[in-house]
Amino acid sequence: MLRIENLSAWYGEAQVLRDVSLEVATGEVVTLVGRNGAGKSTLLRCAMGLHAGQRGTVELDGRDVTKLPAYRRARLGLGWVPDDRGSYATLSVTENLTLPPAVGPDPWSLERVYEAFPALYERRDSAATMLSGGEQQMLALARVLRMGARLMLCDEPTEGLSPLLVQQVGEILRQAKQHGVTVLLVEQNLHFATGVADRHYLLAEGRIAEAMDNSEVRSRERELLSYLGI
Amino acid sequence: MSGFLQHTFNGLVGGAFYALLALGLAVIFGMLRVVNFAHGAFYMLGAFGAYVLLTEVGVPFWGALVIVPVVLGLFGMALERAFIHRLTRLDPLYNFLLTFGLTLILQDLVKSRYGVQSSPYATPAGLQGSVDFGLFTFPTYRVFVLGFAILACLGVWWLLTHTRIGMVVRAATERPELTRAFGINVGRWVTPVFGFGIALAGAAGVLAAPMRAVNPLMGTDLIIVVFAVVVIGGLGSIFGSVAAGFGIGLLQAWGEAYLSETAPILAQTLVFIVMAVVLLWRPAGLFGREESPA
Repeated sequence: MLRIENLSAWYGEAQVLRDVSLEVATGEVVTLVGRNGAGKSTLLRCAMGLHAGQRGTVELDGRDVTKLPAYRRARLGLGWVPDDRGSYATLSVTENLTLPPAVGPDPWSLERVYEAFPALYERRDSAATMLSGGEQQMLALARVLRMGARLMLCDEPTEGLSPLLVQQVGEILRQAKQHGVTVLLVEQNLHFATGVADRHYLLAEGRIAEAMDNSEVRSRERELLSYLGI
Repeated sequence: MSGFLQHTFNGLVGGAFYALLALGLAVIFGMLRVVNFAHGAFYMLGAFGAYVLLTEVGVPFWGALVIVPVVLGLFGMALERAFIHRLTRLDPLYNFLLTFGLTLILQDLVKSRYGVQSSPYATPAGLQGSVDFGLFTFPTYRVFVLGFAILACLGVWWLLTHTRIGMVVRAATERPELTRAFGINVGRWVTPVFGFGIALAGAAGVLAAPMRAVNPLMGTDLIIVVFAVVVIGGLGSIFGSVAAGFGIGLLQAWGEAYLSETAPILAQTLVFIVMAVVLLWRPAGLFGREESPA
């Protein structure tokens, strides 16, 4: 589904990604773990086409999309769930949901979204930024489901959420996976990551330091946590 | 009392011009992140367009009110395609140089053909005379200008809040990069939005022709106040620019009426004092938001 090869990225003079290669197969949920500043978010931005200073290739379904602008990639089925949740203050909840055009084979109807997220229905006419942090996270996830994204790029969807809401996010991602949606997830919460993901990449200083499966992460949880500084 | 109402009404009419111009600047800045210093020149072109259509072609005011904004809007779109869109990747200094340079070119082109003296434009048929409101009377034409500006602002507001294009413009104004990540080709809407902003300035110019002296420099004085209006309202804030436009119009009219004898300097600088205070108190303007990173 997604293939990144020899990706390097810079912010001005500073190199944040060095020769990163990774692959996410259709239907997989894969996480990127790593310390702050390891380059996780930059990698997601490169996949989405939002980062200018990069070298390497990004392939989607075998097609080289490296030169495609972000809006074209979105129309190929990339769903963007940004770390700040991307709520528009000048758009109502409904407008936030219907802003992206429906692109994938299985875009959700607004009714289906509101059935699955009754809290959003209650606040449908409010400005999105008036919602609680948890509700805004649900909105960000619901938005890419409504557009019918085939690959969700999620940047720390559990950050700052209560344990109950973290569980809910996990449930949404598991359901998305059941519907065949692929997910690439930046995550610091290892417990959450092993609960929803199939595989994990550990990023360190802009490189992929290790590729791990769930059992490996579980058995090395203490070591990894102290490495991540959590 | 009737004197106060008279001043208030005049302030609203003056504010109507500020609102129309600031509204165009706001939508343009929102979508392009370009401050169009040439906006006053397009206002001037609007007034001259009406004047030329009447004196050289015989097209009356009503025809001009339709033709001039359309033609100027198309001209604006051509300029955006040829020059303005190149600014987005450049240092803001180039934004100033280009749009200010455009102002000088447009002004001098008009000056070389029509000179610097003011040309008269008769009040259009059907809008002469005045309306009696009981306590006071107002010139019919000014009532029309105020009504037109209010309808135009409401129309833009409706477009922005009730259409898909409006939703896209709001989203792209608030967070251009994020909006692209949601599959929207923001660039496609940039040119028409620029043209629309210019068309509004052109319409304001046509409206100004029968009220104010038509001359090549008429935009210069106005645009300085309009920029103060935009800063007070919040750069890029649609509602803020309209509210501040009418607010500043009122403030100027009241200042002139009640302060010009006791404190003439204060009356003239009132707008800029308000701007300075607003900037100190709310740097993003009354209705503006701090720029978000993405």
